[in-house]
Amino acid sequence: MDGPVDQIFVTAKDWLVGLAPAPWQPLVSALISVAAIIAVFAGLFAITTVLERKGLGRIQNRYGPNRVGPYGILQPVADGLKALTKEDIVPRTADQVVHFLAPLVLVVPVFLALAVVPVGRNMVALDMDTGVLFFFAVGAATELSVFMAGWSSRNKYSLLGAMRAIAQMISYEVPLILSAVTVIMLVGSLSTVKIVEAQAGYTGWLPHWFVLTPWGLAGFVLFLIAGTAESNRSPFDLPEGESEIIAGYYIEYSGFKFALFFLGEYIGMFAVSGLAITLFLGGWHAPAPFLNWIPSYVWFFAKLMGLIALFIWVRGTLPRLRMDQLMNFAWKFMLPMALVNILAAGLWRFVPPGAVRWAICSATIVGPYALLGRALFQNKHWAKRTYRYAE
Amino acid sequence: MTPLSAYLLLSALLFAIGLAGALTRRNAIIVLIGIELMLNAANLNLIAFWRYSPNPQALTGVLFAIFSIGVAAAEAAVGLALIISIYRHYKSANVDQVQAMKG
Amino acid sequence: MTWPFIIIALLTIASAVATMTLRNLVHCALAFTVTLAGLAALYLQLDAQFVGFAQILIYNGAVAILVVFAILLTRGSEPPQQAIFSSTWALGVGIAVVVFGVLSAMVLSSHALAPAGPAPAIASVREIGDQLMTKYILPLEVVGLLLTAALIGGVLIAMHETKTK
Repeated sequence: MDGPVDQIFVTAKDWLVGLAPAPWQPLVSALISVAAIIAVFAGLFAITTVLERKGLGRIQNRYGPNRVGPYGILQPVADGLKALTKEDIVPRTADQVVHFLAPLVLVVPVFLALAVVPVGRNMVALDMDTGVLFFFAVGAATELSVFMAGWSSRNKYSLLGAMRAIAQMISYEVPLILSAVTVIMLVGSLSTVKIVEAQAGYTGWLPHWFVLTPWGLAGFVLFLIAGTAESNRSPFDLPEGESEIIAGYYIEYSGFKFALFFLGEYIGMFAVSGLAITLFLGGWHAPAPFLNWIPSYVWFFAKLMGLIALFIWVRGTLPRLRMDQLMNFAWKFMLPMALVNILAAGLWRFVPPGAVRWAICSATIVGPYALLGRALFQNKHWAKRTYRYAE
Repeated sequence: MTPLSAYLLLSALLFAIGLAGALTRRNAIIVLIGIELMLNAANLNLIAFWRYSPNPQALTGVLFAIFSIGVAAAEAAVGLALIISIYRHYKSANVDQVQAMKG
Repeated sequence: MTWPFIIIALLTIASAVATMTLRNLVHCALAFTVTLAGLAALYLQLDAQFVGFAQILIYNGAVAILVVFAILLTRGSEPPQQAIFSSTWALGVGIAVVVFGVLSAMVLSSHALAPAGPAPAIASVREIGDQLMTKYILPLEVVGLLLTAALIGGVLIAMHETKTK
């Protein structure tokens, strides 16, 4: 419902911008958007660290942190103080400039990516014609920070972790973008605002979200799996697994820079979840027409917390994938499924609506899924592991 | 409004820098980077001419630049694969040392 | 000449010079990344948003990483023992100066360059898609074929040669 409570932040921002003199107003408007995004999502990051540790603890049959504050909710304050006051150790042989810049090159693009995610009705920082392309472009720019961190530390394990992380990120970028392409195809625009608007409307009690179509469900699952791999979260966290190569590419970082890497990773998770909500889960729309009175931003953050809970649940449940398993999964399973999904979305567009459309699209997705799964399981055989180098 | 000649001079300068690098450096990968820089300078030229053209609705410059980016990426991939393959034989990526056909 | 253009242009030129003159190869690759980002900013200045973001996605997100991987696979991350410039470097720089001189003389003496055109129709993605599918369909298919050939060719060239007995 487009009422005053829904638009309260928009009216507050307009009033604040109105207080500034006229030539400064675009700058003030931009600064307020930036400050709001940083404040809200950094606060959400703090809450998520506690929720993750308590959630993982409960899944693993133990309490999480429960000393600082009631039920441990003030833990992020303690973590923040620790990160700020720890000594910043930089190895003497490390490349000083690149070592210093790597956390910045991670954090700045992920905050930029949040600028195109519509958080509520009329509440998007940048309404661009090419919003989704902008998101993927800045997402791709974060991969360089991984390399910079790994190489500048002059540490073999660090470099190894960085190479693995980059290989993983570029492999999973292709299914990520291809599963977003299905939505772009059917909406006809790259603008995130238009994609959310295309999911308005209800038939009976069911919303017109894209996740409630066969290609949308497959696309959503593919997007979330690829997003988990892009954010280096378990079960794809081999590059930074604590039991594998200690901390991977950020072994040599301590104190505030490590906190920045941590922040960048979680904000990346929020950005990917935000885009998944925008593309597949209807953005800020309510799931049923009689729930429209709840403001739009409440719905967006409820969906975001739901996806974060899903990420935490998956982290606590599934074992880590090995590097070759991870790469096989990306190139041999997810890429063909993403292409089949595009075909199914195309069929959905051109077949007239009805039960036939559902049957055809579901068969187009489930058939190759079963066949591909069967084919990929047949070639498993045990052999001595061999290593290959460049020369 | 920045005049068109400023963009053209900038792209000519970038082209010259890329050319200088491609002609003087010994490592094959830096030569390839110089070639990529030259291609990018040409792209800048295309977009600048599109923007200041009398008929920007035709989108010719934009599409030409998009195709150029695609082709340059393919060429970079194949070039780097070649460099890795040559390194495997000569154990060196310096262009001075790959001279087995010299008389 | 507006201030954003001057700042971005200086940054791009400085990082391009750094790319071509630094000793450490990884520093060269990172300076190249900054140059590409500067060029993307110039495309955005020229109202070509799709090309600007595609430039970041393709060049910064893929080609730069490819270059970095190649440097690491050819042991380029160690400091180079020999000279980094070839023995005929003066000739190379001379040729580059001559090329720049000719191009800039041409640009500055031309009468055909309009000072500033009318505000163009914004290159919306829908129009780019329309043109790609109607007028430029043949180049699109050819580039697709070229990328497939480059993919297969790259893998074949860089693959280990199996020794035939």
